[in-house]
Amino acid sequence: MLTAEYLLQMKDVSKDYSGNRVLKGVNINIKAGEIHGLVGENGAGKSTLMNILFGMPVIHSTGGYEGDILIDGEVANPKSPKESMELGIGMVHQEFMLIPGFSITENIKLNREITKDNLFSRILGPKMKTLDFKKMGQDSREALDKLGMSIDEWLPVAGLPVGYMQFVEIAREIDKDNLKLLVFDEPTAVLAESEADRFLKIVRKLADMGIAILFISHRLDEIIEITDNITVLRDGEVVSNLITKDADVHKIAELMVGRKIESTNMDKIFKEETEDEDYILNIKDLYVDMPGEVVKGLNLKVRRGEILGIGGLGGQGKIGVANGIMGLYPTKGEILKNSESLPLNQPKKSLDLGVAFVTEDRRGVGLLLDDSIEHNIAISALQIKEKFIKKTAAIRMMDEKMVREHALDMIKELDIRCTGPKQLTRRLSGGNQQKVCIARALTLDPDIILVSEPTRGIDIGAKKIVLDLLVKLNKELGMTVIITSSELAELRSISDRIAIIFEGKLEGILAPNASDVDFGLMMAGEYGKEGVS
Amino acid sequence: MESFKNFVEKVGYPRLIIGGFLFILSIMAAMLSIPIPGLIGDILTRIGMNGILVLAMVPAIRAGVGLNFALPLGIVCGLIGALISIEFKLTGFTGLFITLIVAIPLAAIVGYFYGQMLNRMKGQEMTVGTYVGFSVVSAMCIFWLLAPFRSPELIWAVGGSGLRVTVSLESSIDKVLNSFLSFNFAGVQVPTGLLLFFGLCCLIVWFFGKTKSGVIMNAAGSNERFATATGINVNQQRILGVILSTILGAIGIIVYSQSFGFLQLYNAPLYSAMPAVAAILIGGASIKKVKISHVIIGTFLFQALLVVALPVLNILADGNMSEVIRMIVQNGIILYALTRKTGGDLA
Repeated sequence: MLTAEYLLQMKDVSKDYSGNRVLKGVNINIKAGEIHGLVGENGAGKSTLMNILFGMPVIHSTGGYEGDILIDGEVANPKSPKESMELGIGMVHQEFMLIPGFSITENIKLNREITKDNLFSRILGPKMKTLDFKKMGQDSREALDKLGMSIDEWLPVAGLPVGYMQFVEIAREIDKDNLKLLVFDEPTAVLAESEADRFLKIVRKLADMGIAILFISHRLDEIIEITDNITVLRDGEVVSNLITKDADVHKIAELMVGRKIESTNMDKIFKEETEDEDYILNIKDLYVDMPGEVVKGLNLKVRRGEILGIGGLGGQGKIGVANGIMGLYPTKGEILKNSESLPLNQPKKSLDLGVAFVTEDRRGVGLLLDDSIEHNIAISALQIKEKFIKKTAAIRMMDEKMVREHALDMIKELDIRCTGPKQLTRRLSGGNQQKVCIARALTLDPDIILVSEPTRGIDIGAKKIVLDLLVKLNKELGMTVIITSSELAELRSISDRIAIIFEGKLEGILAPNASDVDFGLMMAGEYGKEGVS
Repeated sequence: MESFKNFVEKVGYPRLIIGGFLFILSIMAAMLSIPIPGLIGDILTRIGMNGILVLAMVPAIRAGVGLNFALPLGIVCGLIGALISIEFKLTGFTGLFITLIVAIPLAAIVGYFYGQMLNRMKGQEMTVGTYVGFSVVSAMCIFWLLAPFRSPELIWAVGGSGLRVTVSLESSIDKVLNSFLSFNFAGVQVPTGLLLFFGLCCLIVWFFGKTKSGVIMNAAGSNERFATATGINVNQQRILGVILSTILGAIGIIVYSQSFGFLQLYNAPLYSAMPAVAAILIGGASIKKVKISHVIIGTFLFQALLVVALPVLNILADGNMSEVIRMIVQNGIILYALTRKTGGDLA
């Protein structure tokens, strides 16, 4: 091969995690000095692709991947992060990997310190060399100047504004002499708008210096503004390679989401909200401080007896909504249930008032893993509703017979596959664990059931059973179901309405049969800006 | 081979090794013609003596506080109770009951404040507990010196100020439980009252586990986030567990002392938590999960090992080899258990 046309080529990259195919023949080509955008929903395969590019151990400990990664036209296939670093691939992390107590220079030069000989090092070997602070400072200055940063290179990192930390990270990467490709993973997520603007200018500048840039972001306007080419991933496949000139936000949004919807749910009639309707839950200006899923001023009304889906991209706050209603994370604002105020930050009060919750963190929060199925099912009702209690001489005993009978009923009704009610929940499969969680919620006889990520990590068959069960509860018992999920297709298949959360606020509510474009725009926070299409 | 593996997994290495060691020692004891009935009698007495101190670990583990290394807290409460009953010249069962009646509320109060403290340093309970235990023993050394007791049984014979290091219980509650309904069967002296009392305490703790409070406390201990989401006040449950554990510690030392015949003050309670911790771990408990059967099996294995090892090793080797063995077993087993998340039996 003569001079390679592309700096980075990914050829036919495929990867499966124990039979579950997450990447299918992905091809991406990036030239030197090009800014290449990579977009896709959560779970589309972006992070897996990046892990492959960086030779992360998680890839190689799960059987490696198929296909080739070519750098400058030569097969490189990095097997460890160190190898990929030597190939000239750098990454700016979403969470900053900086040591707060060290100065900017020390952080930039971390593990690549410039050293000089001294008396001891000559005797005791290179580990004893003195750091050449002057030279390190000069190098850092140079890197910072390239970024147009006038900040003193000897300031400690602790206390710098987030924007600056991001620049320090970039400075660290460009200080590496061999840097050819720089990956940004959601770089502007933590930046304020003015910082983001400045940041994008610097990215452009870096590209002009001949560094290829792979830019991952959920902010589509940013992608359009800065990139030369865009690759759209969906379900582990490249659905489109676009030249940015030809693309617009609508088109990308549609490509990102585009899925066939189950036709069973297409006949739902979407009604606009009115003032005098019967709302079972009225959330006003809700703030939830859940790490990674912060809700910032959400207003949402839930109709009695409906299935309301809550969707949105990861980290935008959709998971925080249900956790906030249950009071599991610090919350402020107002929640009215049946026009009565629901006390905040008190899980017991929420449960008392007939709100049940099936958590997204099944194994962490949802189950007593080392306890039996029957105890897991009974315990909430025992605590909240004083069910399953037998009084003997003023001592409140747990009525084991009743608990057993109830568990057997539930096992039969929800089709929990187990060896019996005494089996430990740790030994159950994900789907059956989920059913135990739902059974526990049902034992509370709630009028509202909040279900978060009900199908995460469970197989397709179990998925359908769990979703059908929710529909059944809604239809037969008139229970109001609020389902939060990252899988839009799932929400569209069962919900009456779907609320999309963006940056901790309600972006809008859509009918399940609304167009892909609308969903895509809402999830990217572009709906309001561009006007309804 | 497969079934052997299952068996090992089910019984757990600690139990298997200690059990095997005990078995070998027993055969050696028989070969060296050491009187077996005497040994069995000793084992029974020591199970009754130490059992309740081991049982004190149960509520703490169930409430999620882990092994209660601050057992000396409960122990000093029990000692104070006993001292007061001696001061008032109470004897026999009256003495024992008054001792308990004084010690239990005291332990409850101490446990409450200790529980409050643990709630502020979650995740480090065992380290903190160890040092709280040490500090309390030292602080109490000052108390023993200054406490206003007057009974000549308690204070130094000459000079007459401050409590003795060991106080004889001969004239008060010595062996009240041991000799209650005690009988001799085939040369084995059975301390019926002592064993019954231990059994009763086990039963109460087991029964508590079946009540609503017990079930809720267990849930709070096994998964804090789960409990919070179920509307359980986790901190309150942890305090409850610590209180129960401290109370059992107080009762435990009273029962221990009446069997031993002496109250041991000053530095004696310093390492008292270690044998109890070791015993329950040998029994198959982990720092997260425990059953009453673990208490009984663990106390038996640990105490039987000590009783049998002493005469055998004294014949075979010089010096206090049995004390050395006890130290190795005790600390080794604690170390082993702390490196594992689960206990011997997972079933």
